[in-house]
Amino acid sequence: MKARLALMVLLCAGEAAAQEIPAAERRSGTDFMSAQTRAVQEDDTANPGMLWVLQGETLWNEPAGAAGRSCASCHGEAATSMRGVAARYPAFDAASGAPIDLAGKIDQCRTERQKAKSLPRESEDALGLAAYIGHQSRGMPIASPDDARLDAARAEGKRLFETRMGQLNLACSSCHDANWRGRLGGSAVTQAHPTGYPIYRLEWQAVGSLQRRMRGCMVGVRAEPFAYGAAEYIALELYLNSRAAEMPIETPGVRP
Amino acid sequence: MSRTLVSAPKTAKAGEIVDIRAMIAHPMETGYRMGPNGQAIPRKIIRHFACDYDGEEVFSAEFHPAMSANPFVAFSTVATKSGMLTFRWTDDDGKIETASAEIAVS
Repeated sequence: MKARLALMVLLCAGEAAAQEIPAAERRSGTDFMSAQTRAVQEDDTANPGMLWVLQGETLWNEPAGAAGRSCASCHGEAATSMRGVAARYPAFDAASGAPIDLAGKIDQCRTERQKAKSLPRESEDALGLAAYIGHQSRGMPIASPDDARLDAARAEGKRLFETRMGQLNLACSSCHDANWRGRLGGSAVTQAHPTGYPIYRLEWQAVGSLQRRMRGCMVGVRAEPFAYGAAEYIALELYLNSRAAEMPIETPGVRP
Repeated sequence: MSRTLVSAPKTAKAGEIVDIRAMIAHPMETGYRMGPNGQAIPRKIIRHFACDYDGEEVFSAEFHPAMSANPFVAFSTVATKSGMLTFRWTDDDGKIETASAEIAVS
């Protein structure tokens, strides 16, 4: 009830046209967290996301599939070969002629090169590998590729971000551009910069992807969420990354 | 796959108080929740956690259903001699997960 009231207040406040956040005012979700949650994220011996990173490291070195090769067989040390990779995904995939996100790319490598069974999105193993690869880019600036073939999807992402949806008729921008200083049911609204994904969310008590997070928001405004891996999510990821360009990656992030 | 994350200082001076941390990936399912069609999800929690320092137990704890998933425990002990810290998590089924860390005391 409280959340609903707060949402109504937001709705009214949200009528002011949503404007993009000026570069100087951009803040990572970390800035909105309590000192305690920040401390958990910043200490690798306390950050539960590191459990998934460790699992990812094991999988990285473990041969899989009919090809009998591990990720390391081709890519070698992830610390060098994967450094900065997560910072530039989603990227353009020439094979399918469409943008592909990091989770999709990992799975493509698994099925086509390792000849292994596809890892379902949001499975522990898929999240572990994504967290391990994301972790190699920690501290690096988000650098969405300057690739003209991605422009259409990025524009589509921006359009989706600004499109009202669901029974509550809210767009992402109604909260995350226009009301990011506010609070919703006691929680900070935040600016929705995807700096720490996959994140360990205390509410989930597990690691989840950016798509799971977006799904949560869509369910929250009572819209029907897209399917995991849908082109719409990848377009949104592309737009969010261009919106958060140059912000440092924190993977694995911890969020309330 | 056992996923544990333990940390203890690699080196310490004799008599020094050292911080030790231990975390394990575990659902800590309370047994009070319902799954699809109202079916109860069976309880699956870690019941007991213990840490041995060179064969001697220095810390132990009973866990209960209200603890979060992936429980994290931090405690301290006095560094006495070089040796192995071994950690033991025992769950409802009696399954034991272990981890260890070495500490060199000068």
